[in-house]
Amino acid sequence: MASADLDANGGRRPRPLSPHLGIYRPIVTMVMSIMHRVTGMMNIGGLLLVVAYLLALAAGPESFATAQAFFGHWLVRVVLVAFTWSLIHHALGGVRHAIWDLGHGFGKERENLAWMTLAGSILITVALWALIVVLEVI
Amino acid sequence: MRDPRDNSDGFSAPHRTSLKTIRGLGSARSGTEHFIQQRFTALANFVLVIVLAFVAIAMSGRSYTEAVALIGSPWVAVPLALAIISVCLHMKIGVQVVVEDYVHGLAGLTLLILNAVFAALVGGAALFAVVKILLAALSVQVAE
Repeated sequence: MASADLDANGGRRPRPLSPHLGIYRPIVTMVMSIMHRVTGMMNIGGLLLVVAYLLALAAGPESFATAQAFFGHWLVRVVLVAFTWSLIHHALGGVRHAIWDLGHGFGKERENLAWMTLAGSILITVALWALIVVLEVI
Repeated sequence: MRDPRDNSDGFSAPHRTSLKTIRGLGSARSGTEHFIQQRFTALANFVLVIVLAFVAIAMSGRSYTEAVALIGSPWVAVPLALAIISVCLHMKIGVQVVVEDYVHGLAGLTLLILNAVFAALVGGAALFAVVKILLAALSVQVAE
């Protein structure tokens, strides 16, 4: 009996697999969904920095001075800006998912919601760090 | 009479719905627990982190004594401790979902255990730090 499961010699063919990320043209909702996961993982690194800062403050004046020098270094500042962005991106992504969880925003606006996650995260990060720089200068 | 749950003839479906399905308990008595916890902790994180962001900005350029006074104030220490608990629970569930999606078998199980230990360690260390800063701030107040 002919079967789609068997090849000409009667051996088993590999089972068909559902198409995955590799063959789709990226669309914004899909990319933002992946970014939500990536930024969630990035936030772990940021959390470790925050906990290290708290432990340094708890340990006393010397270690706090070391932490302040560490967090004042420009390279660490770049990491902190990246962490700020990933935290805000993840938070805005969470708001978007909450809207969808409540059953709203599945129409054409769904792509705008996804774009707003990206645009909002960049805008708020720039505004926050501009505020921090201004506060440090004055 | 034939038992309504009996489908041993090979084609009839069992006629009786099991009680656990009616009560929505499922086989493990849970299932939506993580889904709901992840969303409640997300809401708590959203509110608490916005509040604490202002504290983080206010920490810039502070001396040690001023920093201890700010973080050790109950108005900061309590929301901070709550945020640590909520964030660590959110992190634990979030990483668990990713591990369950991509890593299987013994490696996956090992990572799930390490993930739970990691979240507990990070949360424990952070709470310890907050309590110590709180006590340092209180002892300064007592000395004055």
